[in-house]
Amino acid sequence: MNDKYFTRMGDGEGVWMSKEQIREEVLAGMEDAVTKGKSQPMSSGDLDYLVEILTMPEKNVSVERGHEGITTYDAGTLKMAVRSGIPIDSSTALLIHERVLCSDTMEICNTDYSYKQIKNIVSEEAMAIERAQMNCIMPIFYGAMPNMGLYTKPDGPVDNWSELLPQGKVLEAMEAQEKAAALCTNDMVYICSIMAEAGACGIQFDTAGASGDADMLAALQASKILSQKYPDLSITIGMANEFTLGMHGRLKFEGEKLAGQYPAKQVKSVAAAGAHSYGPVINTNSSRSFAWNLSRSLTYVQEATRVATIPVLPNVGMGVGGIPLTNTSPTDCTSRTSKAMLEIGKADGL
Amino acid sequence: MAFMHEMAAGMGGIRTAGDLVARMVMKGMKIDAAKEYVADKLGCSVFDLSDSARMKEIRESLDIGTVVLRPHASNGMAAKIKIAELLDIKIPSVELFMKQIGKSL
Repeated sequence: MNDKYFTRMGDGEGVWMSKEQIREEVLAGMEDAVTKGKSQPMSSGDLDYLVEILTMPEKNVSVERGHEGITTYDAGTLKMAVRSGIPIDSSTALLIHERVLCSDTMEICNTDYSYKQIKNIVSEEAMAIERAQMNCIMPIFYGAMPNMGLYTKPDGPVDNWSELLPQGKVLEAMEAQEKAAALCTNDMVYICSIMAEAGACGIQFDTAGASGDADMLAALQASKILSQKYPDLSITIGMANEFTLGMHGRLKFEGEKLAGQYPAKQVKSVAAAGAHSYGPVINTNSSRSFAWNLSRSLTYVQEATRVATIPVLPNVGMGVGGIPLTNTSPTDCTSRTSKAMLEIGKADGL
Repeated sequence: MAFMHEMAAGMGGIRTAGDLVARMVMKGMKIDAAKEYVADKLGCSVFDLSDSARMKEIRESLDIGTVVLRPHASNGMAAKIKIAELLDIKIPSVELFMKQIGKSL
């Protein structure tokens, strides 16, 4: 196998490519982000280094000494105690992360990972935070998603805009989203206030914008209120997509239209909301190569870190940030993504 | 997957100064500024922050919690009270605990 390097597709399947083929994939991925997201292209030095990372012979790689960043989690305590089926409670999972895996931070969360669903059990969740904080040294977030879609009938009180829009009821759909965003904001402020007063170090608004620009608006509004109410509470907002979907289309936050925002603008809106860090999400195209996806993600992340005034912590879980769309991401891809995000993307952590 | 990220790019949590640097990043500091702030407070170099051997000595001497428990050494809330003083920051759970016991830092 001369000039053939083992790499993968966006679904994790292994493939062999020549260095030239990998370089072509890298250039094409970058071009996609430049064209669609109006990002600046990576420098030739960064492109060369990315190809070098992708073709390193080691199975797993790591950042050079001194380039480490901090690690954060979404769905933190779901990973061991729920998804992996290990019979431990969330406070034990936190301590395993702190003392065994040596995580920099951790997040405590409910299995139904949406703020609306936590409202009925908020006291129990607050007690879990309070108890966990007695034993933990590392910072603990509480996290969930805005998931504004849960406010539509029959689960909630608001008409479903996804049903109204195909009927041509555009104004009604917009009004429904505005109502849902207000309800969602109120619930998140209520729940997160209780978590803050229970001693949470931080709040995570995860997968913000999943229901479009109104969903994003709800997270930004909640962040702004909470950051003023609790100055010592850290707030991080992680995105649903590299592109804020304009389900409403006309919503603005601090004078900036939310629909159509890419990471370089998303990070400015997040900072304007008083949040302390921002997690860009760039979705993986499982039909394209790992090289294409990682290059595309890095181009977006670089554009965000170039303009950011707050730390940028890219999402690099299943199917985002260049990571293949598979539940068990191959560690060769995971570690190359970690390295590239910090060294080329100039991220502050993950 | 998450653990691979931590091994490949993370600071190292309480094995090093990962939790301390994270606390400053969570205040909105970019990573380089956060590392410099923590190194200054610990009286060590930025390079030392991710050196587990060096940080073990520093953490033990400051009694701010280590991976391996030791008799009479601070852990959990006790370590965090010292971390809040060391980094000159307010940690919400420490503030709550001090309020509960009727004291303030």
